[in-house]
Amino acid sequence: MSARLPDEVGAPPVEALPELLSPPRRRGAVGGFIHRHPGIAAGGALVAVMVAIAVLAPVLGTVDPTALAPARRLRPPSALYWFGTDMLGRDVYSRVIYGARVSLVVGFAVSVLASLLGTAIGLASGFLRWLDAVLMRVMDGLMSIPSILLAIALMALTRGSVRNVVIAITIAEVPRVARLVRGVVLGLRELPYVEAAVAAGTRSPMIILRHILPNTLAPLSVQATYICASAMITEAILSFIGAGTPPIIPSWGNIMAEGRALWQVKPYLVFFPAAFLSVTVLAVNLLGDGLRDALDPRLARKL
Amino acid sequence: MTAPLLDVQDLRKEFAVRAGRFGFGRAMLAAVDGVSFTVSRGETLSLVGESGCGKSTVGRAILRLIAPTAGEIRLDGQRIDDLPEHRLRPLRRRIQVVFQDPFSSLNPRLTVGDILAEPLRNFGLVHGRAARAERLGQLADAVGVAREALGRRPHEFSGGQRQRIGIARALATEPELIVCDEAVSALDVSVKAQIINLLADLQDRLGLALLFISHDLAVVEHLTHRVAVMYLGRIVETGPRRALFAAPHHPYTRALLSSVPVPDPTATRRRIVLGGDVPSPLAPPPGCRFHTRCPFAVERCRVETPALRPVGEGHVSACHFDTEPAPG
Repeated sequence: MSARLPDEVGAPPVEALPELLSPPRRRGAVGGFIHRHPGIAAGGALVAVMVAIAVLAPVLGTVDPTALAPARRLRPPSALYWFGTDMLGRDVYSRVIYGARVSLVVGFAVSVLASLLGTAIGLASGFLRWLDAVLMRVMDGLMSIPSILLAIALMALTRGSVRNVVIAITIAEVPRVARLVRGVVLGLRELPYVEAAVAAGTRSPMIILRHILPNTLAPLSVQATYICASAMITEAILSFIGAGTPPIIPSWGNIMAEGRALWQVKPYLVFFPAAFLSVTVLAVNLLGDGLRDALDPRLARKL
Repeated sequence: MTAPLLDVQDLRKEFAVRAGRFGFGRAMLAAVDGVSFTVSRGETLSLVGESGCGKSTVGRAILRLIAPTAGEIRLDGQRIDDLPEHRLRPLRRRIQVVFQDPFSSLNPRLTVGDILAEPLRNFGLVHGRAARAERLGQLADAVGVAREALGRRPHEFSGGQRQRIGIARALATEPELIVCDEAVSALDVSVKAQIINLLADLQDRLGLALLFISHDLAVVEHLTHRVAVMYLGRIVETGPRRALFAAPHHPYTRALLSSVPVPDPTATRRRIVLGGDVPSPLAPPPGCRFHTRCPFAVERCRVETPALRPVGEGHVSACHFDTEPAPG
């Protein structure tokens, strides 16, 4: 005789399985977002704090960051001078807070400009095949020079100013964006929906606007955050070696440069601007990694 | 006699490929090597062959997604293979395309309504919101997609529904010819049948001509008027469906037909299994291109290229021999 099935008459009742799984946790909209995208949440929050600091610098208990006070030189951090004073008696706290403006302006300006220029070059390269070889060899040439050396060389040709720093770093970063966009465009051009649009009589400008550009935005926004972080570091390096922001404008790089000579006896002169720079760059990179994972996990290979 | 709707003569398409040990060399690969055929109004011509035989390249050349290397393509007697893009664009309205992959053939960021409206806008086919909405509704009805679908995006649909949307986009310009590039190959069997019926139905109602590119003879048998069999960039046999399926002449066609499964377990038949692989199109074999795999090949096949010659009413084959049609 065959074994009885449980639901046949006379079969022993089946015991309910014990509840092993904990009930799914309910999260609010904000809590859910933080849980799903911790990188975007943490990075975004830190960047927002830095932007707030830069914008609100005059009301954050600062004094004139360039005011000299020889009598109060090299005071250590205290209740009055939170981060101490430098060798000219300037308040380091005020200088660091105002210095955020330079870093953020350079970071954002470079990432926006490099993205726009790089996208234009990448699109031209991906669409006009006769131009491709020329443009890409120029980009290869630019990329073969380390971007910091290229920026130093470009700064050596001009006067030190925030605008020139932005231009120099942008030129150094454009090739990366151009290559990325070109690669994405070449991939998209082959897609059936783009070919169907060509067959349906859509003109090239419309193909780019409707079918190509929207699909480059995801990888581009990720790349833009990395460029922002790298531009802030490059700006600090340029200022540190005296080839960037002029000394009259406090920036994290030139505050560190000025504190360098006394670094062994007065480490706070270097520590505070360095800490702000590190935290800001970390925040932007966290944001970029979070965006990359949220937009497309497969993107990691393309960047 | 009027000119056929589509007339392709000696079409040739070469691609430059890297060759040599370090990829520095350049070699020309003839994906399509002298293909000629015609499609009449309201007719279905199927182009069948293995992967890589050049059948999709033929379709893309007709759509002018790629420029042919040589040969002539005429639409209604007018040459379209050498027209510059701005003169070609008005003619694009008359030839549309349905692709194989229903997932990549629709832009994921646009709504179905936007996708269908794009060709209408390109050719100025409707004026005003009301007329546009009406036309979009008609298109949705024609392919059996709910009108409510127009506001949704492609990812909300199944493969079969997406393929219907792709067909609606092709119908939007009221074309005379639709190139169906493996249009049902990616679909489940039941959905495949629905789409085939839809295409046949649309052809009846709208008088469409179809160029149906497929590797699947079983599918082709149900909706085609004529069949052209391609092997390694050339057409080896063309004939009306009945003649070609009942009495295939070319050994390659016979091998292809013998590989089609028959839904009858008691049927006994002789299966022709071809040995070896398709030779590289970079170095096609001399003479008859099929001789390396042909069970009947003799010395003459290795040196002399067979021309297409008539073997029946509207039936041509490129084989040197008048072999008896293989028993079905």
